[in-house]
Amino acid sequence: MERTIRVLVAKPGLDGHDRGAKVIARALRDAGMEVIYTGLRQTPEQIVSAAVQEDVDVVAMSILSGAHNHLFPRVMELLKEKGVDDVLVIGGGVIPDDDIPGLKGAGIAAVFTPGSPTGDIIEFIKKNLKRKA
Amino acid sequence: MDDSAVSADRVRAGDARATARLISMIEREDPSRLAVLKALHAYGGKAHVVGITGPPGAGKSTLTDKLVGDLRGRGRKVAVIAVDPSSPFTGGAILGDRIRMQRHATDDGVYIRSLATRGHLGGLSRAASEAVRVLDAAGYDDVIIETVGVGQSEVDIVRIADTVVLVSVPGLGDDIQAIKAGVMEIGDVFCVNKADKDGAERVVREIRAMLETAVLNGAATRFTPLFEARSALRGDAGNAGGATEAVASRGPAEQGAFHHITAQATGHPNLEIPPVVKTVAETGEGIGPLVDEIKAHEAALAATGFLRSRREANLAWELGRGAAQRVLSELERDESRETLAELARSVLDRGIDYYDALDALEDAMKRTQRAATTA
Repeated sequence: MERTIRVLVAKPGLDGHDRGAKVIARALRDAGMEVIYTGLRQTPEQIVSAAVQEDVDVVAMSILSGAHNHLFPRVMELLKEKGVDDVLVIGGGVIPDDDIPGLKGAGIAAVFTPGSPTGDIIEFIKKNLKRKA
Repeated sequence: MDDSAVSADRVRAGDARATARLISMIEREDPSRLAVLKALHAYGGKAHVVGITGPPGAGKSTLTDKLVGDLRGRGRKVAVIAVDPSSPFTGGAILGDRIRMQRHATDDGVYIRSLATRGHLGGLSRAASEAVRVLDAAGYDDVIIETVGVGQSEVDIVRIADTVVLVSVPGLGDDIQAIKAGVMEIGDVFCVNKADKDGAERVVREIRAMLETAVLNGAATRFTPLFEARSALRGDAGNAGGATEAVASRGPAEQGAFHHITAQATGHPNLEIPPVVKTVAETGEGIGPLVDEIKAHEAALAATGFLRSRREANLAWELGRGAAQRVLSELERDESRETLAELARSVLDRGIDYYDALDALEDAMKRTQRAATTA
């Protein structure tokens, strides 16, 4: 049976805007993926725990609050603590270009800023899965 | 983590990653899951399996979240399987039940897993029954299965759950909806959620009237045999000292069974019907009484021996389905396809009739089976 890609879409931190996250969730769904949406105001601990319980291939996080430099690396840290090294983690939201290299250094595989075509995100996920079918 | 690192020991030790990966292997029907499932077999059979079903938007996820909270307060470890539909066109799915339950994400005593139906009809996913067995063997005291939002005939949940909670809400339709056959018949415990909304009392009355009428009509129901068995036990207890002791020697939970599910007076105070509990899941109102009724139902099942007979019937059904599935996969093989095509041609040419063709097919399959067993 063909492997279905499972993606956790999460909104870490305190901003309450999830229009973008929902658009991405819907696009991934229409690309044949199973999307677990966790809703707003998630702590990094909740996100990592949900990623483990749901056995996802991808964690996609969206932040508009400006707290990305803290929250994204924290999620990577917790994943590492739990020994999870086979999950692709991507980020998105209002993120200044200058911050992107640092986030990538922390292990975020890609950062998609406003205006990114959803097709690019889907393609990136399909090409960069850490677990192979 | 590699799939090969998944072991029964890790699942039993409460390793969420191993449990989660095993359920993924079940979902894609990976043959390597079988060794682990076989090793887990000895540890199963202890969990209370509770089904939560009802129409879309009835509040099943919010209710499940509150049930988890209440059960945790009673010191029980809880697992949740939440099922949402897959797209029939892309195979994709939005699994959104978890949104309501995320406050339990970091509680080690709770495991939540979302499953997509992946083409399976009936309100569940094909992986559900094996996933329940895994979570049972992993040591969760309660396994709650939240079905997809159901319409009128998705009744698969009765084949897995010990106790089915049917969630209704005000405002869905007239009283004819309550007397239709199908989903409305499968509840062991009925819950009218959003009970702060107009019309909740009416829904309660309609459900009770539906249940009472079923009894008065002598219809086959899920609950009447259970209540009769329970009354018989109660009767024994009243008649003979020995039987009273037998009841007293059952645990307090089982004794509770005799008090909890009580006849509910509407027009027919003496009829025993399942409990109808009003809840407002959003605020938590009525959750305690609902959990009490769910547990009372389990206790009644245990006290009467119905827990075992219900599980036996469900397992027999599942075995039959499993066997049918094996036959279907057998028919997918190339040689089988050839045989099928040949037989179809004979029927089309009026050489043999349809029923002779079926018999010939059955014989052919038995021959293959014999060849396989002697080989």
